[in-house]
Amino acid sequence: MTTSTPPVAQHPGPTAESGGERSAAARFWRSLTRTTTGQVYLALIAILVVCWVVVAIKGSNLLSIDSIADMLIRSVALGIVAAGQTLVIIGMSLDLSVAWVISLTSIVAAVVMDGSNANIAPGILVVLALGMAIGLVNGLVITKLRVNPFIATLGVALIIQGFIESRWDGVVEGVPGGFEDSLGYSEIGPLPIAVLLLVAVYALVWFLLRYTRFGHQLYAVGGSEEVSKLSGVRTHRILIMAHVICSLCAAVTGLYLAARLGAGSPLVGTDGGYDLESIAAVVLGGTYLLGGRGSVLGTLAGVFILAILDSTFNALEVNAFAKDVVRGVIIIVAVAAYSFRWKERRVRKIGAGPAPAVTGNAPQTQTPGANA
Amino acid sequence: MSTSAAPVPEGPSGVGEGAPSALARVLGVLRAIPVVWYLTIILWVWIAAINPLFAEPSGFLAYLKQAAPLAILAAGAFFVLASGEFDLSVGSLVTVCVVIAAAVSDGDPSKTVPVIALLFVIGLIVGLINGVVTTIFRVPSFITTLAMLLILDGAVWLYTSGSPKGALADNFREIGRMGIDVPVIEQLPYSVIILVAIGAFSVWLMRGHFGRQVLAVGDNDRAAALSGINVTRVRITAFVLSALSAVIAGILLGGFAGVTAQVGQGLEFEAITAAVLGGTVLGGGRGSVVNAMAGALALTALFSWLNLQGVSGALEDAVEGVIIIAAVAVASYRLREGS
Repeated sequence: MTTSTPPVAQHPGPTAESGGERSAAARFWRSLTRTTTGQVYLALIAILVVCWVVVAIKGSNLLSIDSIADMLIRSVALGIVAAGQTLVIIGMSLDLSVAWVISLTSIVAAVVMDGSNANIAPGILVVLALGMAIGLVNGLVITKLRVNPFIATLGVALIIQGFIESRWDGVVEGVPGGFEDSLGYSEIGPLPIAVLLLVAVYALVWFLLRYTRFGHQLYAVGGSEEVSKLSGVRTHRILIMAHVICSLCAAVTGLYLAARLGAGSPLVGTDGGYDLESIAAVVLGGTYLLGGRGSVLGTLAGVFILAILDSTFNALEVNAFAKDVVRGVIIIVAVAAYSFRWKERRVRKIGAGPAPAVTGNAPQTQTPGANA
Repeated sequence: MSTSAAPVPEGPSGVGEGAPSALARVLGVLRAIPVVWYLTIILWVWIAAINPLFAEPSGFLAYLKQAAPLAILAAGAFFVLASGEFDLSVGSLVTVCVVIAAAVSDGDPSKTVPVIALLFVIGLIVGLINGVVTTIFRVPSFITTLAMLLILDGAVWLYTSGSPKGALADNFREIGRMGIDVPVIEQLPYSVIILVAIGAFSVWLMRGHFGRQVLAVGDNDRAAALSGINVTRVRITAFVLSALSAVIAGILLGGFAGVTAQVGQGLEFEAITAAVLGGTVLGGGRGSVVNAMAGALALTALFSWLNLQGVSGALEDAVEGVIIIAAVAVASYRLREGS
């Protein structure tokens, strides 16, 4: 729905239904079935239906208001990190430090707020600044020192881990009740405020990717750093920016989890497995791990899929470790399906002769900037 | 000692060219030596200065014994990394091997040989699955092996619920702990012999057809395919080698560290770190397997050095992080200058 394919839809391709101008519904259907993001949402719906049926057989309701609220809340923390992770992955980078950034920021929030409602605002500011600073370090190490992102962010994660573990070894009290009540548990109408935060983050990142120069250049850098540099993109600046936003997202998650738990915790990030889990969500959402194509709305669907599976496993009282096995299988199957499609499309394009080859970027329909 | 002869095949040996001055020639030789060897030797000397026991054969062999599992894993990781892929599943495979060996043999020495055969079969299957899913189903290896990690870890916990059953037979454990008695150096640990054998085998592989094909595939798989290399087969072989190295490391670690559900935790990252420290380029196409193994020696030396410095367990991680980033930054700076 969001990722329609304006330029490509025009050419007289082999599409059978192109009789005249298409109705909005037909266009919507087309974008749902023809784009990766659309298909991720179809998969989301299919998984939701299957899980609903399975849980219904067991005698409970996956789609009760409580259960839906629970799934949404479950999605907030992972969702926000994964939004940032999407940016760096589109830029052909990666961030393995997010889990420790989440732990660190939850602790720093507790320390700075120090139990007083008056300190909430400075606490938030310090945490956000800290997140940006860590992202800046990640980005600088990757671009200026040319350390591979995998190693760079793993190294930064180790540094933060060492810093945390040498200083704190248990829960850090100090998150004031006011913060806990507002971000952690309050609701506006039927919606928890945290869910609104999630929506806001995704709206912002979606806007960044689709409508700003930064977003378009990020797709270009991820597609080919060399080519985008030769076409005048300041590739370093773009990648650093992506890392700053990614760590900022992790810091926001840290704030949210601090509010939710009412305390900072050295293990909140790693226990949640947010580093690898967020990458899994991004890839499940159809973003290409090697950069250059993907969409943040797909990531949101990936996060929801993981949350639905979680709730279903809980309802079925599946062993916690059997969950991991099923999850692993689902992630592999999903990604195999995407890459099979990409390959198939490329083959079809090459085989279809010169006319479609002009718009050879069609598979990456989410990349408005990369069509040039 | 067994590995100190390694840098020779890497660069120019410094004899032959007459024109440049002696100083320039020495500098040239020094620049050709990979960073990892400087790091390793500095750490060795430093550790020996603090703890003279380290410089004695028995002390040094004890260190090599400790480093052997990681160095073997680093060799396995090298093949996968050099072919342009990742293997994040080796740590959990190590755990699987130890847990299965304990459960199946349950302390019965007569079962050790069949158990080891079983472990190699499991490793072969895991490597094949990793390779086939990555190449034929075209799932990025980061995801394939991450899912494999989830699956293997999940299976271990499902099977053991956290506390592994059974025990390892004594003769199984001896592989990791004991050695052959040799006059001068008291005891030559089996694990060091295995380490040297695997190092030699890896060098032999890298110097033959397979080695060139691995580097070609990692450098540019399309070009490699067009010039007639079977990219799929090369990558699958690399994954199988990596999984088999995890099996060997698991056998050694089982004897060395005992049976827990956490033996292999984090080893995948350590192995990749070691290989990268040794100059292997993530993304493939460059690197040397000996240097990757040296990366593991450096990493193990780094841990002992940090212990000797009295750095607390927690700060150790931070120092490790800084040193790894620095070493990789220096290596990539030299790579850029060199090309």
